[in-house]
Amino acid sequence: MRPYDETTGRPASVSTRPAGQLPRLLPAGFAAGPASLAGHVRRYGPAPSPILDWPRRKALIDEVERSGLTGRGGAAFPTARKLSAVAARRAPVVVANGTEGEPASAKDKILLARSPHLVLDGAVLAAAITGASRAEIVVHPSVREIIDQAVAERRWAGIDQVPLHVVTGADRFVGGEASAVVHWIGKGVPTPTRTPPRLSERGLGGKPTLVQNVETLAHLALIARYGTSWFRSVGTAAEPGSMLVTVLGAVNEPCVHEIAIGTPVGEVLRLAGGASAPLGALLLGGYFGSWADAAAAAPLPFSAAGLAPLGAGIGAGLIAALPADACGLAETARVVRYLADESAGQCGPCLFGLDAIAGEIQRLADGRTSSLATLRRWLSQVDGRGACHHPDGAVRMIRSALTVFAPELERHARGWCCATRKQTVLPVPPRRPR
Amino acid sequence: MTRRLRVDPIACAGRRLCAEILPELITLDDWGFPIIRAGDVPGPLLADAQEAVRTCPKLALWLEERS
Repeated sequence: MRPYDETTGRPASVSTRPAGQLPRLLPAGFAAGPASLAGHVRRYGPAPSPILDWPRRKALIDEVERSGLTGRGGAAFPTARKLSAVAARRAPVVVANGTEGEPASAKDKILLARSPHLVLDGAVLAAAITGASRAEIVVHPSVREIIDQAVAERRWAGIDQVPLHVVTGADRFVGGEASAVVHWIGKGVPTPTRTPPRLSERGLGGKPTLVQNVETLAHLALIARYGTSWFRSVGTAAEPGSMLVTVLGAVNEPCVHEIAIGTPVGEVLRLAGGASAPLGALLLGGYFGSWADAAAAAPLPFSAAGLAPLGAGIGAGLIAALPADACGLAETARVVRYLADESAGQCGPCLFGLDAIAGEIQRLADGRTSSLATLRRWLSQVDGRGACHHPDGAVRMIRSALTVFAPELERHARGWCCATRKQTVLPVPPRRPR
Repeated sequence: MTRRLRVDPIACAGRRLCAEILPELITLDDWGFPIIRAGDVPGPLLADAQEAVRTCPKLALWLEERS
């Protein structure tokens, strides 16, 4: 008897599964607490086989490539390419990245809190595919206990071939950047490191390292079970599958939802109970994302291709709704100050440039004397000049603000502001002493 | 084979020697950190580029060989 399909490594017993049904990753309905291992296996079937020989590992990488799975941490890098880069090397390590340093995002925390075993399945699977001997599970402190519990449950059941080591993520915005995660686990320092070398060449403890976002790993666990055509039965041809989206701001039910990629932005807002006030703009993708006019964005598909006409992207799956009576410039200034403070402080252009930029935007928002020309020069001087993409992401968001809130810029220059709302919209942690 | 100037922004401390030696390819931003012009190092500037790499006190500058 062959319990597993020879070519794909998938359990032969679980062949079909209703296609096109959501949610895939999160529990359907309102199940209380995290899914237990037993409940997890009831829902999804047993985890795919431990894949040891190279042909089966290669077959699964090919399957992931056909599925079109991309990283769900914000960069949307093809997962199969990362897997094969690390699988080709000796004695690699797998890191499941659930740091989620972005204060506005909640999708990784919700996923880890509700479906911990799906993420852990994915981490174990990634280790099997790449030939890694262990997996590091980096999680936000708020879900640490749940993951510890889940790992203990699996250890009792004896289902995993590789040891899982749980680490609490660093409480920093840049702490979630791939090289920063590796630096954090290895040395306890949550700052990005220089490239080259790439992490796939030399990462944790000098070993080839695969860093994948936890949501990506959860998708991987399902692709290994149900295959490519199941995965591609939702989403678009170019961007297949589902994704988790955090919806916050002026909506009636701020929450994390699982959507088919390409669902219209307005539809995603309706999933969150609809707008709670007339909307002015949306911040799409996260604090490294882009502002867009709310009315212009609503009919567009939430996908990279769909949002490209607005110069926006899906980023780490975030939609923040800004009510029309809030000041987009003031919100931008607050977030940019936060991002500048969260610079790891390693690269001059980021350390000095972002700080200068944050000050200039604050002056713009306050209607004090400021220079748009200076601001634009600094933006172009900072763009792409760090070891990581922290400055680039901030610059992208600021540039979109200058476009979307252009009418507001004029008014502020003359000492006016149309906003009547006093409460802030985007969450920013209190400033920490430096 | 062509060569391209690269800077390690973490190691770079903005000592500015590189921009003194090779102003054709390296300018400074408003905070004194080097901005390297995109593209390959032209042959006539290669010696100066190598001098800039040697002179950097933080060893933050290097020539990347591209085939």
